[in-house]
Amino acid sequence: MPYSLASYLTVSSLLFCLGMYTVLTRRNAIAILMGIELVLNAAALNFVAFSRFLQAVEKSAQLSGQVFTLFIIAVAAAEVAVALAIVLSLYSKMKTIDVEEFRQLHG
Amino acid sequence: MKQLIFNVFVLITVIPCFWVAFSTNIVHAAFSLLFTLFGIAGLFVLLGADFIGIVQVVIYIGGILVLIIFGVMMTQRAKMLPLSVQLPGRVLALALTGTIFGALVLVASKSLWPVASPLPEPAPTTAAIGNLLLGKYLIPFEVASLLLLAALVGAVLIVRRSIGGE
Repeated sequence: MPYSLASYLTVSSLLFCLGMYTVLTRRNAIAILMGIELVLNAAALNFVAFSRFLQAVEKSAQLSGQVFTLFIIAVAAAEVAVALAIVLSLYSKMKTIDVEEFRQLHG
Repeated sequence: MKQLIFNVFVLITVIPCFWVAFSTNIVHAAFSLLFTLFGIAGLFVLLGADFIGIVQVVIYIGGILVLIIFGVMMTQRAKMLPLSVQLPGRVLALALTGTIFGALVLVASKSLWPVASPLPEPAPTTAAIGNLLLGKYLIPFEVASLLLLAALVGAVLIVRRSIGGE
């Protein structure tokens, strides 16, 4: 693969699609969480690749993509903390983490 | 040389990714995610984003992945059920994501991106990112910190209520 923007976009498309496949097919709540991480990483990779390769209008505009990646990482950290709290709390109530078993909101 | 390093990091990123999606063992999937995240950190560094690469290693591998593996181990004794849905669902999902992948690759390769040539030399980014975070992006930065605090308190509250409230 040549070192080019199109290669980076292909890699991040692959990450996105595998992440989406994971989210769609897994029944284990934590495995679904891993799929979400892959999708978020694909977006982050796109931001950084575009900020590197595309003609920047000014120096600060070139780094904006990297700043947005920092925000993505912060949101991912918050998301995984809350998601794992929910999963562990459901586990202690229902003794399973299979998402097909979670059918009621009020248990 | 750069070419070679790029290909190595692409392989480190992409191959374990298939384990995350297709493995039948959740522990294998979690450890494959480690290699994928590390490969992405390498790709960031190759893009001249040294600070983001380090942040990726520290937060994703050091924080998020440890949390996920912790979650996997906490729930090991859950009822043993198949990790994925039945076959028709998997084929449908594969067709859908395959179509989307084809479309994305087509767009990525056929579009005329206004790529800068020659590429500017990579420069240290940490100071510039710090200036941006406390200047142009001050409000998003503060909102993100508030979000992290809220997530922290919320996570503790959820777990406390379910374990302590019984």
